[in-house]
Amino acid sequence: MEYIVIIISAVLVSNIVLAQFLGICPFLGVSGRVSTSVGMSAAVMFVMTLATIVTWTISTYVLAPLSITFLRTISYILVIASLVQMVEIILKKISPPLYQALGIYLPLITTNCAILGVALLTISKNFNLLEGIVYALANATGFGLAMMLFAGLREHMDLMLVPKGMRGVPIALVTAGILSLAFMGFSGLVK
Amino acid sequence: MNQMKNFTKGFIKENPVFVLMLGLCPVLAVTSSAENGLGMGAATTFVLVSSNMVVSLISKFIPSKVRIPSFIVIIASFVTIVELVMQAFVPALFEALGIFIPLIVVNCIVLGRAEGFASKNSFVSSLVDGLSIGLGFTMALFILGSVREMLGAGSIMNFKFIEGDGILVFILSPGAFIVLGYLIALSNRVMKSLYKS
Repeated sequence: MEYIVIIISAVLVSNIVLAQFLGICPFLGVSGRVSTSVGMSAAVMFVMTLATIVTWTISTYVLAPLSITFLRTISYILVIASLVQMVEIILKKISPPLYQALGIYLPLITTNCAILGVALLTISKNFNLLEGIVYALANATGFGLAMMLFAGLREHMDLMLVPKGMRGVPIALVTAGILSLAFMGFSGLVK
Repeated sequence: MNQMKNFTKGFIKENPVFVLMLGLCPVLAVTSSAENGLGMGAATTFVLVSSNMVVSLISKFIPSKVRIPSFIVIIASFVTIVELVMQAFVPALFEALGIFIPLIVVNCIVLGRAEGFASKNSFVSSLVDGLSIGLGFTMALFILGSVREMLGAGSIMNFKFIEGDGILVFILSPGAFIVLGYLIALSNRVMKSLYKS
């Protein structure tokens, strides 16, 4: 039951992009086509889950016992950066087709604040490892959902007659605002 | 290099938010009031200036292969300093900005300036550049925060000028996207008339 609450609240109620404003750069940057946004979401889901597992372990078994939690930011970002690099190398070796599909998105993910954000939120919410994994997966699903909805809208928007001054980023932001408004309808679903 | 020109570019011509559109996550998240916008801007400016200075001093000694990771470590150290200082002296602001203080590490503007400007330019130029981009970022956050606070709460810097509630949606998350969208459209228009050529 608890896990269902975590999933619903992360995917719908406080969606990571539309309510918590994490991962806006890829949200605006690679949402031009539905196909690229699927690839990006898959890469994010993969790295986010791995990063949460690793950072949770470090935080619980290294930082907390030694009471050096003030080093959290530095250690997390280093771990995430090297993790992304490692995933890239391993994927290249063992699964070239998957690397072909996710490869170009992986370097972008190091500076994706959603990854570090979820890792930090998992700690601040005092989740245990399993809850943390569920939380990371749910957030990645929420990211993918927002991303694909938005990409679909933008594909249609290419054909619309948009006023000259609003073309490009401005109309994309206003659209995201309306999407966020729609997601606010889910608030009150949990608690 | 003309330092005056270097200093003024961050405000209009290369404004990180309205023109370069970098690091939009904190821009959208913390601007529910003008005060939060200023606090976030100040924290980011400090990190930008300090990391730019250090990077310009030591970039000659860093092998280019490990350039990016070392820049990230430098930035993360300054972010940790900001985190601890804010927690000690302005706990209320620290609570309000929450997770977005540690997330300055992954703000693309900071790494972008370290890699794109400070690693190639002199100490003084990098300092001025950091200050310019940081203050431009602060200005953008302040404008966005003020507009949202005025529309959403009928107040500015907590000074109420209309009785009763404002249009609440502008303080909530959808308002951030919509107001920023219109502000960027406005700034595009201004830029076009300023630099016609």
